[in-house]
Amino acid sequence: MVRLLRILFWSLIGRPLVLVVLGLNVRNWKGLPAEGPAIVVANHNSHLDTFVLMTLFPMRLLHRLRPVAAADYFLRNRAIAWFTLNLINMIPIERSRAGKRGEDPLEDCAKALAAGEILLVFPEGTRGDTEALAKFKGGVARLKEQYPDVPVVPVYMQGLGRALPKGEFTLVPVVVDVFVGEAVAWTGNRQAFTQALRDSVTTLASMAPSRTWR
Amino acid sequence: MTPFDITINAAVALLGVFALLIVACGVQFGLAKRHPERDYTELKQRIRTWWVIVILFALAIALPPIFAICLLGFVSFLAFKEYITLIPTRRADHRVLFWAYLTIPAQYYWAADGWYGMFIIFIPVYAFLLLPARMVLIGETEGFIRAAGTLHWGLMTTVFSLSHMAYLLALPASGNPAAGGDGLLLYLLLLTQFNDVAQYVWGKTLGRHKVVPKVSPKKTVEGLAGGILTTALVGFLAGPYLTPLTPLEAAVAGLLIGFAGFIGDISVSAVKRDLGIKDSGNILPGHGGILDRVDSLTFTAPLFFHYVYYLHY
Repeated sequence: MVRLLRILFWSLIGRPLVLVVLGLNVRNWKGLPAEGPAIVVANHNSHLDTFVLMTLFPMRLLHRLRPVAAADYFLRNRAIAWFTLNLINMIPIERSRAGKRGEDPLEDCAKALAAGEILLVFPEGTRGDTEALAKFKGGVARLKEQYPDVPVVPVYMQGLGRALPKGEFTLVPVVVDVFVGEAVAWTGNRQAFTQALRDSVTTLASMAPSRTWR
Repeated sequence: MTPFDITINAAVALLGVFALLIVACGVQFGLAKRHPERDYTELKQRIRTWWVIVILFALAIALPPIFAICLLGFVSFLAFKEYITLIPTRRADHRVLFWAYLTIPAQYYWAADGWYGMFIIFIPVYAFLLLPARMVLIGETEGFIRAAGTLHWGLMTTVFSLSHMAYLLALPASGNPAAGGDGLLLYLLLLTQFNDVAQYVWGKTLGRHKVVPKVSPKKTVEGLAGGILTTALVGFLAGPYLTPLTPLEAAVAGLLIGFAGFIGDISVSAVKRDLGIKDSGNILPGHGGILDRVDSLTFTAPLFFHYVYYLHY
């Protein structure tokens, strides 16, 4: 039932929203993983980021796509929780419990990878300022250390910070430029890997067209 | 009763367009056969995209006018979206941009309703005053005139100008007994697109002297003159069949569309150069963006509309 609702939601609302109301201009679309397990890492400016990332994949992979997001934010009330857990198929992460002993906040992510699913992660951890890349958190590096064979693919999206920025409720249609990079190889330690990951997203960002006056 | 709502003349003109496309396919096939070493992928993509556009458009034209008006409104939406994507906008204007989008359904509603007075002043007067009013109430002064100016330029070209195509369909049928609003719209589209091709072909074969090298280095005086004259000839021939224009008026309409199409084309080129980009988008394989395709129409649609409106309505 939930799977059917999810298919209906994405084929009637989610994907038309991204493809018709917004519109995509994707570079290196083939660079995305064709199957799981995999991790896709992207910059984060808007709630629509998840919608765009999920639309980049074919419908047959819909049920394998697992956006990773903050439990405290997305489980704050029952309606939003039902929507994100069922239709978005999100993996909630306890931000506040991170660091406490005994519980691994990444346990569900690791399980998903073991089950061959595709994680969609925003390592900035928050939407932040429009079109500015914040510091990356280290969760992806820990997963990569645990699963060195799982490809980690960087993606940069431009335009969503204009379409639906943090704190706004009105959607302004804008064509989204998407840049898919090459999978980032394990560098031997977590810190260096996190840095390499962020560098790869920054490199993609430098390919994006400038949207400011000269 | 069939769901179709089209005059014989307009239907014949549509069949003519399909015939042209088949000829284009034949030419492309012949070229590929004669020069197997050359790459014709872009030409092929271009023609395939034309098929999609023509089939969609033919269906919309053949059905009652509301279908074509909705399709044209959607074209305005795509063109305006491309424009908004390309220009720098201010973060403070988020909601102003939202209101700007809402002018599209309103403008096409006035057209469908045939409310001429509202149609003709809504964007040039009301949107022109109200959107900057919203901007100034938000209170960001830095870049104000640039933001208000670029936004209005986009609305005028992609929404106001293009919506004149829709209003052609709302004109009283008695004004054009031969082919109705469908005929006028087909005439405008045929001539505008034909003019693009004619200027390109004349320029390729005879082009020597550049017209506006800084804006569009490939445009030549020979291409422009040859294109305009050929368009006038086609306008003269097709005019009596699709429009209420007399043969002389139709020839002048051809000249008008030929010249205005050229200016529309290079205006969008100037915008792209100003922003430092090549294509306005990628939605039409082989063509680029919607703006690259409707560039000429942003000038020819309102001019042709008012020319016919003044003479015959």
